[in-house]
Amino acid sequence: MKLFKKNEFVEKDIKREDLPKSIKAIMTTITTLLSFSMLIPLLLTISVSFTDNETLMLEGYKLIPSKWSTSAYEYLFKAGSQIWQAYGISIFVTIVGTVAGLFVMTTFAYAITRNSFPWKKQYVMFVYITMLFSGGMIPIYMMVSNVLGLRDNILALILPLCVNGTYILILRTYMRTSVPPTVVEAAKIDGAGDWRCFWQIVLPMCKPVVATIALFLAVAYWNDWYQAFLYIVKNDDIVPIQLLLKRIENEIQYLSNAANTGLTGVELQRLNENLPEESVKMALVVMVVTPILVTYPFFQKFFISGITIGSVKE
Amino acid sequence: MKFLKEVYKNKVLLLMTLPVTVLLILLNYCPMFGALMAFQDFKAYKGFFGSEWVGFKNFEFLFKTSDAWIITRNTLCYNLVFIILGAILAVILAIIFDLLGKTRLNTVNQILVLFPHFISWVVGSYFVYTVLSFDKGILNGIIEFFGGTPINWYNEPKAWPFILPIAHFWKGIGYSSIIYYSSIKGISLDYYEAAKIDGAGWFQQVRYITVPMLKSIVIVMLILHMGSVFRSDFGLFYLVTRNSGALYNVTSTIDTYVYNGLTQGSNLGMTAATGLYQSIVACILVITTNAIVRKVSPDDAMF
Repeated sequence: MKLFKKNEFVEKDIKREDLPKSIKAIMTTITTLLSFSMLIPLLLTISVSFTDNETLMLEGYKLIPSKWSTSAYEYLFKAGSQIWQAYGISIFVTIVGTVAGLFVMTTFAYAITRNSFPWKKQYVMFVYITMLFSGGMIPIYMMVSNVLGLRDNILALILPLCVNGTYILILRTYMRTSVPPTVVEAAKIDGAGDWRCFWQIVLPMCKPVVATIALFLAVAYWNDWYQAFLYIVKNDDIVPIQLLLKRIENEIQYLSNAANTGLTGVELQRLNENLPEESVKMALVVMVVTPILVTYPFFQKFFISGITIGSVKE
Repeated sequence: MKFLKEVYKNKVLLLMTLPVTVLLILLNYCPMFGALMAFQDFKAYKGFFGSEWVGFKNFEFLFKTSDAWIITRNTLCYNLVFIILGAILAVILAIIFDLLGKTRLNTVNQILVLFPHFISWVVGSYFVYTVLSFDKGILNGIIEFFGGTPINWYNEPKAWPFILPIAHFWKGIGYSSIIYYSSIKGISLDYYEAAKIDGAGWFQQVRYITVPMLKSIVIVMLILHMGSVFRSDFGLFYLVTRNSGALYNVTSTIDTYVYNGLTQGSNLGMTAATGLYQSIVACILVITTNAIVRKVSPDDAMF
């Protein structure tokens, strides 16, 4: 992408000086409609979560229901100890995973960008190969759950997402281009060891890229359901919030299948009683989205500049 | 001896590389070796080293079933639609966002369009459900309002080749349009100034400057995505479709097929063979596309 020159700061309105007003109006309408229609499912979910349950049965999902109610949230706050537990697990996994991932990947990137390190090439190759070829879902599953014995262990939620070849290479590229080797060498002559150089010189100089990777990791951990789906089978204490949401959906599927497969009325009724009501489900969805919804306005700018950092090549 | 000396000299740096090395060996390299179970009559109780080797039998089984054709077709066709239509839509969106400039409404729109990127498919599948639910969804509500009969979308295979791309674009279009948007922002304004002096209007500027300047990045993105044309977004195809059996014909991809094979405990060797088939084709595709990128635009080659 060397074709392009950075000139974001001299933004003049050359391109849009003679854009006719009518065209501009049409374009604005299109993009506005598009962006708000993308929000409709979210808004709908929020309003369903605030809808009275009987109204829901009668009217179906409506953006503006005829009767509002906060009973779903009251129910969640009162009855939902499992939900808070799952919430806590998700927060724990997100924080620990992000910190651990950052630590191991930045130290790795630091080591393979030292000129004095004799096996730079081999290590880079070692990372590349993992990006090229994957053993596939089943051998990975066998490895984690049977060989390492991490089934129903919280480490199974953390380790698989901790290291990512692409992130390592982004970090390496950034360290190579933005940290002059002479700075580190000078510090070494003054007697600083590698750990000290890493913490006090290289890491502070890499703040933008480290922040970007942290953001990527945190979003990936918070949104991860797949690892939990595969590895958390029996231990209900460490179910993260995304899996909990997935499980509730499964139970409902089970119920609708059961209706066709001839379960007795009593069994059906029992299942029905254990099921959270529609609005409670949607309230849970809202609670899962809320942390992202709340932080999104702050991190989106960061994320956008991160995309550009990520695409910088040597 | 010399090697040991080197190791000793670099002991701190080696220690720094250790965690990643161990994790990659355990979670990436060992499974690569484990993928050889595709050539076994794998039995869980016998383990990897105890199971019997059966050569290519699993692959023969796989390619004799109609499944192999269906999952390959679905994976490829959906990905091609996602990649090609996605690129066109994202470029158009990026150009419009750029033309509208830095008004407050435009900035808000850009931020809103990117938002679904940060939502997991678990949540996304609930969102889709609010629209498609048989008795309560708004889509059936609209159909009923106009006097039609409601449709059970999760049992209607014909609809999903349209629903899945819409869901995919809902989540991904903002992200890809930002990539193109930042490339447009990187085009030197001198070009536009010169074009203006020559009397080019806004559309001609887009047609003769923006689009040609984007060509190289679009091509690179297309080629890069081609490398992953054999992989599918598991969440989209498994969760959004609610793994509905009635839809398998049009929604099952290699990834969901492997997963269903794993959970239903059917022939594990054959399921692993499916996974290996995917990995090998994907690997060949990545290497080939990278070779092409290297020709087209060496700066963007991955290796």
